[in-house]
Amino acid sequence: MATKHETGAVKIPKRRSLERPNWAAGVLSTLWLLVVVVPLYIMVKASIEDKPHYSEEGPLSLPTMFTLDNYTNALDQGFLQAFINTAIVTVSVVAIVLIVVPPLAFAIVRSRSKFVNGVFQIMLLGIAIPVQAIIVPLFFMIRSVGLYDNLISVIVASAAFSIPMCTIVLTASMRQITNELYEAMSVDGASVVRIFFQLTLPMSKSGLATVIIYSAMGAWNNFMFPLILTQSDSNRVLTLNLYQYQSQFGIDIPGMMAAVILSVLPILVVYFIGRRSLVDGMMGMGGK
Amino acid sequence: MATKRNSSEMQTGNAEGQVRRPKKGASFVGGARPSGLWAVPAAVFFFIFGILPLFIVVGLSFFKWNGLGTPQFAGGQYWAQFIHDPKVMKSVGVTLTLTILGIVTQTPLSLLLGAWAAGRQRYRAVYTAIYFIPYLLSGTAIAVAWRAMLDPNFGMPSKMRWLFGDGNIFGNASSAIAVLVFVSLWQFTPFHALLYQGAVRAIPKTLYEAASIDGAGRIRQFFCITIPQVRNTLITSLLFQVVGGLTAFDAILVLTKGGPGTDTQNTAYYMYSTAFKAYNYGYSSVIAVVLIVIATILSLVMVKVSGYDKMRSELEGI
Repeated sequence: MATKHETGAVKIPKRRSLERPNWAAGVLSTLWLLVVVVPLYIMVKASIEDKPHYSEEGPLSLPTMFTLDNYTNALDQGFLQAFINTAIVTVSVVAIVLIVVPPLAFAIVRSRSKFVNGVFQIMLLGIAIPVQAIIVPLFFMIRSVGLYDNLISVIVASAAFSIPMCTIVLTASMRQITNELYEAMSVDGASVVRIFFQLTLPMSKSGLATVIIYSAMGAWNNFMFPLILTQSDSNRVLTLNLYQYQSQFGIDIPGMMAAVILSVLPILVVYFIGRRSLVDGMMGMGGK
Repeated sequence: MATKRNSSEMQTGNAEGQVRRPKKGASFVGGARPSGLWAVPAAVFFFIFGILPLFIVVGLSFFKWNGLGTPQFAGGQYWAQFIHDPKVMKSVGVTLTLTILGIVTQTPLSLLLGAWAAGRQRYRAVYTAIYFIPYLLSGTAIAVAWRAMLDPNFGMPSKMRWLFGDGNIFGNASSAIAVLVFVSLWQFTPFHALLYQGAVRAIPKTLYEAASIDGAGRIRQFFCITIPQVRNTLITSLLFQVVGGLTAFDAILVLTKGGPGTDTQNTAYYMYSTAFKAYNYGYSSVIAVVLIVIATILSLVMVKVSGYDKMRSELEGI
């Protein structure tokens, strides 16, 4: 028996009922594909046209002209500075997370101290703390220590708020390491530090990958902290730059779209280069 | 050596019951164990930026502060104001509406797409690679793009009257809410679908084989095997949606600014505008406390229901 699929006749010997043609699913998935692709098309199409052409044709037609003016205009609006700032924030956040989270996750999995258990419980609750709820006191604290309008405040706040989720992901990953391996290393006389670096870290690579992707994406796309904690043009990150751009040029749709595409381009490039590891890392959020 | 091994075998296997503070490197019980010191950097860091503000915000709710200078003690003034402010309850209502509409739209769609994407055919991989793109974009970029696309004069509404009517979709409460729900669906479905895809792939194939031998059709299999088997992921996904629903902000700020009127103003946005637009930090702290209370109750329920607090090794979801 063979099955037919909606993308053409793919002949697969039948092994289980899952592989029977599933028209309903095919239709639904194609509909959703359109819902995803059509807006993306509108964005790209609008971004390469000038305003008169765009207004005349509307969003859905085929492009009739090509210009990069919208992109050069967007670049002139502090895009490069914002890109550099965002990169600085992202790299710093990932670095902080990688320094503090693995030892904590290791302690949660291996230590028997009550303190560590308490920290773990707080992290579980920490996932649900809404960023908005602490933004006013954070603003107050940052003001008090004189770090307002400084990227450092964005970095430490973003890093702190990715700690709970990263801890839980990495803890789940480290739990997969069996006790026998720990015992074997201890029998060989390995210290805790050596066990950590030579057994635990190498064995939790997939969890670490998830942690890096999660914290990097959170930092790259963060909007709330930069919005509240920075002010000057020289400290703008990409999301904030885009927001400012919208407030100034909101009715210039082609210009807006070019700015949007520029701001997401770096992460799209990463996606097309390392899609497999990025998606696997994301999937790690749901456990295996 | 053999005796050490034996004793360690006897001691292992218990995860939490027995709480002991081993001397660093001295005990071989289940291997050398780290001390609590390993947890200190992350704990201190998170305490300063995550926990301490929770206490400060309660304190600030009793002070008058405009963002500059020193806060002045104001007593229970803002809490009295809170009791008589209908906008707070309205914002809680908007928060719950957006969260619930988000859950009822995203969960079925992402579960179906995830289960479908779990198949191994190549074209499904191509589809899912494209599905995932919206999730990579920042919430700000998505909101800005949709604001432009849905612009009443220059966007889709001006050309698609059959779908958008008079095109003024941001001027009407229900269509403004529909836009927020749709944009959030567009943005977050890929993530939840991905979680389900991973979970469905982990279901043993023998379950489906046995079911089809017993004559169960695809729909029956979906409800009797797939859904029960992805239960943990379902809870994880719901947790993300609840937290995301409480903290929905970027989209509201860019797309509707809480309008028309205050019809799409959720608690987070109300707090933001009270603080950073009206410069009333004292009263915004009161709203923040409300937000914290809601979030804590919800997260306690979720942690309890999901069993994350059990620290099980088969900890699934998250």
